[in-house]
Amino acid sequence: MAEYVWLIVLIPLIGFLINGIGGLSSEAYRKQKTLIGTIATISVFIPFLIALQIFFGMGADSEPYVARLFTWIEAGSFSSEVAYRVDQLSIIMALVVTGVGALIHLYSMGYMKDDEGYWKFFAYLNLFIFAMLNLVLGNNLILLFLGWEGVGVCSYLLIGYWYGDMAKSDAAKKAFVFNRVGDFAFLVAMFLVFRAVGSLDFDIILNNLSAFTPEITFWVAVLMFIGATGKSAQIPLFVWLPDAMAGPTPVSALIHAATMVTSGIYLISRFSSMYVLTPEAMLIVAIIGGLTAIVAATIAITQYDIKKVLAYSTVSQLGFMFLALGSGGFIAAMFHVVTHAFFKACLFLGSGSVIHAMHHVEHELEHEGKDVHFDPQDMRYMGGLKKYMPSTYWTFLLSTFAIAGIPVFSGFFSKDEILAFVFNAGMGEYSYIYFALWGMAVLTAFLTAYYMFRLTLTTFHGTFKLPSKVKGAEDSEKYLHESPSTMTIPLWILGGLAVIGGFMGVPDFFVTTFTSSDIKINWLHAWLDGVTSDSALVLSYGTKWILVAIAILIAVFATVLAYRNYDNDKGEASDAALEKRFGSLYQVWSDKYKIDEIYDASIIQPTFKLSDRVLAVFDMKIVDGFVNAVGGTVRFFGSLLRFVQTGVVQTYALVFIIGVILVLSLIIF
Amino acid sequence: MIGIEWYLGVSAVLFIIGVIGVLTRGNAIIIFMCVELMLSAVNITLVAFSSFMGDVHGMILVFFVLCVAAAEACVGLAIIIAIFRNNITADINKINLLRW
Amino acid sequence: MEILNDLLNYLPAAIVAVGGLVVMMMDGYKAKSRLIYQTTMFFLAGALVIATYDLLYQEVGTLFSDMAASGSTAAFGTFIVVFGTFFTVILTHDYLIGVKHNYPQVYPLLMFCTVGMIVLATANDLVTVFIGLETMSISLYALAGIIRDKQLGVESALKYFILGAFSTGFFLYGIALLYGATGSTNLSEIGAYTDGSMIYWGGVSMLLVAFFFKISAVPFHMWTPDVYTGSPTTITAYMSTASKTAAIVALVLILERALPYAADQITSTMAIIAIMTMVLGNTVAMVQDNVKRMLAYSSIAHVGYLLVGLAAGTDLGFTAVLYYLLAYSLMNIGAFGVVAYYEKNHDVHFNNIESYAGLGYKQPLMGILLSVFLLSLAGIPPLAGFIGKYLVFAAAVEAGLINLVIIGVLASAASAYFYLRVMVYLYFKESKEPVKLMKPLRVYSFSLVVLAVLTLYFGILPAGITELIASYFSGNGLAIVP
Repeated sequence: MAEYVWLIVLIPLIGFLINGIGGLSSEAYRKQKTLIGTIATISVFIPFLIALQIFFGMGADSEPYVARLFTWIEAGSFSSEVAYRVDQLSIIMALVVTGVGALIHLYSMGYMKDDEGYWKFFAYLNLFIFAMLNLVLGNNLILLFLGWEGVGVCSYLLIGYWYGDMAKSDAAKKAFVFNRVGDFAFLVAMFLVFRAVGSLDFDIILNNLSAFTPEITFWVAVLMFIGATGKSAQIPLFVWLPDAMAGPTPVSALIHAATMVTSGIYLISRFSSMYVLTPEAMLIVAIIGGLTAIVAATIAITQYDIKKVLAYSTVSQLGFMFLALGSGGFIAAMFHVVTHAFFKACLFLGSGSVIHAMHHVEHELEHEGKDVHFDPQDMRYMGGLKKYMPSTYWTFLLSTFAIAGIPVFSGFFSKDEILAFVFNAGMGEYSYIYFALWGMAVLTAFLTAYYMFRLTLTTFHGTFKLPSKVKGAEDSEKYLHESPSTMTIPLWILGGLAVIGGFMGVPDFFVTTFTSSDIKINWLHAWLDGVTSDSALVLSYGTKWILVAIAILIAVFATVLAYRNYDNDKGEASDAALEKRFGSLYQVWSDKYKIDEIYDASIIQPTFKLSDRVLAVFDMKIVDGFVNAVGGTVRFFGSLLRFVQTGVVQTYALVFIIGVILVLSLIIF
Repeated sequence: MIGIEWYLGVSAVLFIIGVIGVLTRGNAIIIFMCVELMLSAVNITLVAFSSFMGDVHGMILVFFVLCVAAAEACVGLAIIIAIFRNNITADINKINLLRW
Repeated sequence: MEILNDLLNYLPAAIVAVGGLVVMMMDGYKAKSRLIYQTTMFFLAGALVIATYDLLYQEVGTLFSDMAASGSTAAFGTFIVVFGTFFTVILTHDYLIGVKHNYPQVYPLLMFCTVGMIVLATANDLVTVFIGLETMSISLYALAGIIRDKQLGVESALKYFILGAFSTGFFLYGIALLYGATGSTNLSEIGAYTDGSMIYWGGVSMLLVAFFFKISAVPFHMWTPDVYTGSPTTITAYMSTASKTAAIVALVLILERALPYAADQITSTMAIIAIMTMVLGNTVAMVQDNVKRMLAYSSIAHVGYLLVGLAAGTDLGFTAVLYYLLAYSLMNIGAFGVVAYYEKNHDVHFNNIESYAGLGYKQPLMGILLSVFLLSLAGIPPLAGFIGKYLVFAAAVEAGLINLVIIGVLASAASAYFYLRVMVYLYFKESKEPVKLMKPLRVYSFSLVVLAVLTLYFGILPAGITELIASYFSGNGLAIVP
């Protein structure tokens, strides 16, 4: 079955071509929205089925299968081929990409129903899936890099999908510059690898790691990681991701949560056997991951835009995954990639469903002839949506449980494994740093549970606040409605996966502690053990159980705290609390980050100030300033140099003579 | 017997005079004449080498150079006339519409 | 009869030369411009067929008593040159009618220029190199000023002519010195020389200088922006592709055959020139508002990438350079072709980037074509430009020129800015004044589509052509030719 792997990659491309060419050439075709959506969805769903078939035909001990299609570039000693690789790691990624991708396509059919460029949207989505599959299935670094660039291009296209001129070019510029920095590092890493090994095939590279000197290994690892920080939004290159939320919500779910942003984790997992050779690089990965996790989590607490909260949450969770990678928990990171794809996609789609409903309200009010405008993504206008949108509410709640790490939900297992690995890394070299990182990770886990319940409770519990907050929107709740079934079905499937997804990686010691047998219940670990180089866990059963207990306690404590603060089902009293909260907000309205009084939790105060004053300023002034400065400097030199071009022939001849002297001296001396 | 160095020296000096002429003179026609001077200087080198090595290739090349120089003169003068028609000047310092 | 056999192997040049004479006579007898154009196309099509045949089947050897080479790089160079001329003539015909200066003299000039290029690309002796180079250059001087009542055109012709003749002096001096040092003008015989005297090194420097000038490497590039901006746009396309191809193919041959002894010095020189070229070309292109001038600086930048491959000096490097030339010819003729199309609907000032606002939607096909060519120039996969850059940089890495590659990759990344800027204007800006674009002639848009498709094809499936080129350098090719 594995020999049909090329079909997985090809079919989305065909879907893209059909919709792209059809839409470009025929006005009539563009109106066939159901047809377009169906073609696009099917051309992702069929690859999913094929991937599933291949997956069932494999075992944990199957040899990697490489489907060589054709030689792509051949020039003397250098050659590169188009070849797709099926092994335990790539098939997991392919399943996530196609599976979650198909669901999001289905969802988009409902979400984008009234959009002008329906065909364009689906064509881009299919193109994205094609590029992403090249990234995860490619058998050499070149194909991976092509996919890497391809998903970047699609991501820009889709970010700018709904935007006016100015903002579009700004957001695109930001994403463009930040990803270029990463891409450049990745390219240099590729060249270093090629120089050392003479090939870019994964097999050849990973079997010839001895060809690298320790310095080269270190630099390749660090440069690849820098590439990953761009694509996977880590410090210092993470700032583009929140801006990218400007795109349509399904795009955020697919590209900026479930698939593209995890490609950095895939890359490092793929080269895990190289990373374990260089503990310093691992340490760098872990530190950056840990810092990103906590920084993003603290920012997420301050946000009111529901998509922004989810965006910062994504950055934070990606930081978690890098922390796992840096601690030697490659499988744990991949585990979190998978569970995160389930619950974060579900959360984003849920938020899309909410935004869809709020848009509808705005639209209907306008229909009534009322001139009402409000931000449909602002959670302060929401509340009480539970009653009107039960499917959205329940799936959103389940996913919140999962991301918060409440036991038996999927996020619990993957996050727990990451924490265990970070703690485990503390037993080895750089002990104190890893322990500090572990502490940060626990704090992040707490914050995660806290801001996610804040989001869920404010949005769905209590009463609908739009009528009381916006003049002219009285009785507007009658326009609230549940989204159509094309949108709720994917929600339920993803919600279900978010609940049960964790059972693929239940730690072995859950059973072995009690039975003293050597039974392996951790399916994912067994599955990926052959393709990654996980560190061994040296912790005793006691320590492991204590870590689990801490994780559970933290999650439950954060949940209870958030429930106490944000659940509004207590009638007048909580309304008064709300008013008090918003009252303080009005005072600092012009300075929207100054909302520290709202959050009474004493732990949050200091970190919050950091995120508000320092980090926001850092983002706005330093980073943007840096980008502008670099661009400005280059342009400045360009403008200087152009004036050498005086238009007078004799100047040209003079420069020519200078050149002659230069060449003469270079050749002779 | 005059050594080959003398021929080469004269030719180099002539060549450099040509180069300096191109760099300093303002009139397009004089610049063009300086270029011709450079070509002729090279011809001296070629002939000198050819004669000292007893090899005929260099002399043949000189004929080609003369041909090419003639053709170049043709086109060059035509262009200068066209410029003169458009600009009423042959001063190349004033011909600088195209710049930056 | 050996001479007949040689002539048979030199058929593309012969056909184009005869064609040039025929169309010149036709012009003399005041034939209709359209008929002259058709005759030109007839001869060029014949030459293109033969050149394609030669590219695939011609045997490696030398012709005319070692004066010219056949097969391998020679056939490859001939093919690109004829191919480029073929499309240039199609575009030029329409362009000149569009700008209302339909001079039929352009056709014989183009033909003679092409003959010069073929002679240059197939030269196996410094004398032939000189003849080819001069035939090409003199025709180009005239072509640059072909619209003789436009001040800009004539000015660019004058600048090109003065500097070109100036560089010819240096070129000839280089030949003379090399001849004096080695006692021969034959490339292989020069290559046998291994006794570095001052005269030899002087000759090598002068020769390189002349080639740097012809391919517009910094600091010998000063004529390029002015000439490219002032010349008729399709002629610019021709100058920037075919003439550079011919010169670089000849340079590859000279480096490989005649100057292996100087390889180390040449590598370090090329590396420095390449850095200057890439940096200057890309930075100054960023601040240009005239699209033609931007493309001129971009072509300087591309020469920088080519020099990276030449600096590597390995088989892979030369292979990369030849592939790059093919890719570059396709995309650059294409890009200038679309620019010429936009221009011919308006006057020359139309080349300002502001006036491109919103044009992408006016004639969608032309907008898409320009986007494809620009993306390829920027080196975005899966287009041919990407593979070219990739091969060039890979060759340099293999040769250990890591610093050079880092600068090259950075410069290339920065270059995306000014290519994409044009696309931003095409698609994301509103036009200030209503612009009406005429529908392009079918043959015009068709030939551009062909170029775009080839750009895409060689980007996705370059294996065939790269293998072919690599075979030129893999031992049984040029290296052992006497």
